[in-house]
Amino acid sequence: MMSVAVARRLVRSLDQGVSPRRVGAVVNRNVGALRSGASYWLVLLSGFFEPLLYLLSIGVGVGALVGEIPLGDGRVISYAVFVAPAMLAASAMNGALAETTFNFFFKMKYAKTFEAILATPVRPFEVALGELSWAMIRSAFYTAAFLVVMVVFDLAEPWWALAAFPATLLVGLAFGAVGMAASTFMRGWQDFDLLTAAQFSLFLFSGTFSPVGAYPPVLEAVVAATPLFHAVELVRGLALGQVGWGLLGHAAYLVVMVAAGLWLAARRIQRVLCA
Amino acid sequence: MAEPLIQARGLVKRFGDFTAVDGIDLEVAPGEAFGFLGPNGAGKSSTMRMISCVSMPSAGELRILGRDPRVEGPAIRARLGVCPQLDNLDPDLNVRENLTTYARYFGLSRAQARAKAEELLEFAQLTEKASSLVEPLSGGMKRRLTIARAMVNDPDLVLLDEPTTGLDPQARHLLWERLFRLKQRGVTLVLTTHYMDEAEQLCDRLVVMDRGRIVAEGSPRQLIEAYSSPEVVELRFGLDELAGLVPLLQGVGERVDPLPDRLLLYAKDGDAAVNEVHRRGLTPSSVLVRRSSLEDVFLHLTGRTLVD
Repeated sequence: MMSVAVARRLVRSLDQGVSPRRVGAVVNRNVGALRSGASYWLVLLSGFFEPLLYLLSIGVGVGALVGEIPLGDGRVISYAVFVAPAMLAASAMNGALAETTFNFFFKMKYAKTFEAILATPVRPFEVALGELSWAMIRSAFYTAAFLVVMVVFDLAEPWWALAAFPATLLVGLAFGAVGMAASTFMRGWQDFDLLTAAQFSLFLFSGTFSPVGAYPPVLEAVVAATPLFHAVELVRGLALGQVGWGLLGHAAYLVVMVAAGLWLAARRIQRVLCA
Repeated sequence: MAEPLIQARGLVKRFGDFTAVDGIDLEVAPGEAFGFLGPNGAGKSSTMRMISCVSMPSAGELRILGRDPRVEGPAIRARLGVCPQLDNLDPDLNVRENLTTYARYFGLSRAQARAKAEELLEFAQLTEKASSLVEPLSGGMKRRLTIARAMVNDPDLVLLDEPTTGLDPQARHLLWERLFRLKQRGVTLVLTTHYMDEAEQLCDRLVVMDRGRIVAEGSPRQLIEAYSSPEVVELRFGLDELAGLVPLLQGVGERVDPLPDRLLLYAKDGDAAVNEVHRRGLTPSSVLVRRSSLEDVFLHLTGRTLVD
């Protein structure tokens, strides 16, 4: 079992002693960077508005043409209620990825930020953990704001919105970790085009705008193997109050992403910067 | 003698087929200012990265502060101050935050970090620039900030990789003066340089490295005495072929070295050697008598000049 092997290696990394204080110091650096420039705030704002605009244009606009969607349990929901949790999951993904890809890559390759940090007691694994924590915090700001919008527009019940929030944290961690691992392999900015393309394909086809049951079986199987599908299913299940054992399976998929991404990212940081 | 802060036996660093450091032995005692002198590619920086417990040795023994870097990396790094060859200050933070943020990696509290930063801003003469971003600072200021940053944890051992490379003379002298203060406070300094004057100014003891090996060791004075003569005469002739003159100068001074643009004549008494050159009927276009330097030592040891 690959996931077991990865988990074991992760435990071994943790075993060498992870200091919460040092991880906190890595997060603290990013908080400091946030304060220093107005440009960062602009990026943050645009990250919040993007899924909101999709929700309005497609969820509400196209939704008026689509009509209502029947849920498995006999309930019937509006198209906007169907799309909103998917936009929530996508917003968690985008928030975390923005941090662990573009920002992370710049710090690793150009600003030599990690090189400076690794000359201190902070270890590669702690750098990875600190960066991922920060990515999750950013992602959490997006999803918290988006959930408020969903409740205000009556697209989710308040308690179910609250239940969906921790799930969005897990989504942020999962995509943040895998994105960070991928960033350590990037040679230059041109490689990010691939990432952006992958991200957008996931955004379109992960059961976000239509139920995957509407796809041909082969395509459905392909989609079911990709990560945003599991994120959307988990978040939507909680946001709509459709709780079942299946949600655990989706969560497990995301947990494996966190573990594998973190482990690989830490190992790559070590390889590249501590040669 | 107290336990050495750095102890290396047969230290090797390989990158694939390339051997950057090829079996070196060294010991650095507390309070010493120790230098690695050598040209680019001699293995100085690779050695420094191993000493700073970032890069692991490929072979050999290494103990830093009496501990094994393979096992106790974080604990050792907690007591080191590292000033890398290229400034890696944080461009997203201002000058003060560069110090406070760095202090937090060493586990200082917010209040401790702030107090330390004020003290170091003063030391680096950057108090007035505290709220500036890093980018607009001059090269000398950035270097002083990097050195100040290396001091946030009151290190037992400070490692400086080419601390003044690329700085103008005034900035270099200011930096040397700051480093000299650290030395006076009893901080152990280890630095690499390819500048002789820097090694002579700052180092109590140094090793000369070439192609991954240590080719000589001693104080600057000892090295000059062992590998050079007290004085050197530089002769220029305005001719292309200087090697042809070497036989004519046999017996003048201790040794003759033809360089592409000039002849070096090693002698106890430079003026006497010049007189002898003239007596033999040679008419150099320019003559310079100077004290021997580490550059001459290096030339003698490796047959090459230091800065190409």
